[in-house]
Amino acid sequence: MGAADTSITAMGVVASLLQVAAIVIGGPLLLGLMAKVRARVEGRVGAPIHQPLLDLRKQMRKERIHAEHSSAVLIVVPFVFVSTAAVAGAIAPLVTTRPALATSADILVIVYLLLAGSVALALAGLDAGTAFGGMGSSRAMTIGALAEPALLLAVVAMSIQSGTSNVPAIVADTLNHPGWSASPQRLLSLGALIIVVVAETGRIPVDNPSTHLELTMIHEAMTLEYAGPELGLVSLGESMRLGLLLALTVNLFIPWGVAEQTGGLAIPLGLAVLIAKVAMLGVLISLFEVRSAKLRLFQVPELLAGAFVLAMLAIVAGLVTT
Amino acid sequence: MRSRSVVRSLFAKPVTESPPRPPSASTEKRFPGSLQLRHVDAGSCNGCELEITSAFAPTYDAAQFGVRLVASPRHADGLLVTGVVTRNMSGPLRKTLEAVPNPRVVVACGDCAINGGIYSQGYGVESTLADVVQPDVVIPGCPPHPSAIVESLRGITER
Repeated sequence: MGAADTSITAMGVVASLLQVAAIVIGGPLLLGLMAKVRARVEGRVGAPIHQPLLDLRKQMRKERIHAEHSSAVLIVVPFVFVSTAAVAGAIAPLVTTRPALATSADILVIVYLLLAGSVALALAGLDAGTAFGGMGSSRAMTIGALAEPALLLAVVAMSIQSGTSNVPAIVADTLNHPGWSASPQRLLSLGALIIVVVAETGRIPVDNPSTHLELTMIHEAMTLEYAGPELGLVSLGESMRLGLLLALTVNLFIPWGVAEQTGGLAIPLGLAVLIAKVAMLGVLISLFEVRSAKLRLFQVPELLAGAFVLAMLAIVAGLVTT
Repeated sequence: MRSRSVVRSLFAKPVTESPPRPPSASTEKRFPGSLQLRHVDAGSCNGCELEITSAFAPTYDAAQFGVRLVASPRHADGLLVTGVVTRNMSGPLRKTLEAVPNPRVVVACGDCAINGGIYSQGYGVESTLADVVQPDVVIPGCPPHPSAIVESLRGITER
């Protein structure tokens, strides 16, 4: 029970750096894998899995070009967007339950780090003063404001069992109590969490990442004015967040394989298991996406209200059973 | 039933035809492995658009060579221009071109974009694409065959 020791060990720092590297490289590869699955189901050969990395490399070499009336916000935001995702990835229990600064990895810290990135991107959408950018920012904030309470409640439901809101501690406690993963509050909050993750990362049925129709865009509308290296950073940030959120979700519910120690083979093993688990979840989400259509924008709040109700029920179930 | 067919199609052989020959360079400008294009219809009859759609559909699948059509010229490495340059579209075409970050490539798709084609004497026609910007790659045909489009794009991505 409770948080791990507060000391920062050298191995903890190594593990944290490894986690950041894993989401920086693994995030784009995960996107590529999901695109590949979609292509294969559609009967296409599809782009190679490392295509997003090739796109990133090319964007980084291109000219920096900014909209005429844009301000410093447009330039600063990509760095904020990537660094918040990187910090969240460094402290979250992805490869190990004992990364550096694990004691500060409270669920509020992780949720609001990601939210800070979302708000930064919404500001960037407004910055150039184009109609579509502002529309995208307004939609993203609407969805973000509805997703956030559901996300917080879902995690609070899980923290009832272990008595702490420290995410590495929750994952470590779940490892020690295998039955918890099948408890009603966990399953209910899993449902809520998956809906929120889909909404936050802009996937079908909330948003369609491959749309060309500006009127239907949510996340992409905010990035329409980005070009070159800055666009590369924003796309990198988006794939990092996808990788991070999927890894966190899968570790909260199926924690087996996460390294509890930071010595020896535990870390490489934890990394291998994490990659396998996230790839499986990515393929499942991609198969679901192929079969479903994007929701009408006005139905998205109902979906998120459903997530909120699931999370609420999870808390009730948690209070009744413990 | 439907969920099983999705999983089955995941492991089924793709319907994409394998390209007849390896890519041959079609321009000096290189975007190895990754090319995003913004499509601009400068005054097309939509014949070329149909063939472009086919080029990205399962049978020809240009995406497997790293080519993608994007929604914003700022996300693009170049323009894929179809049709003659009409009076109403010459301004937007120039602005779109300016919004593309360097290095950029301009692809003229179809006879109309190359020399005006059957519309060259039309009353709403201002010029051909070459009068606005010299295209780096031309794809002749009225409309060009999807495999010709894919082959030209492969010449830029070298895949």
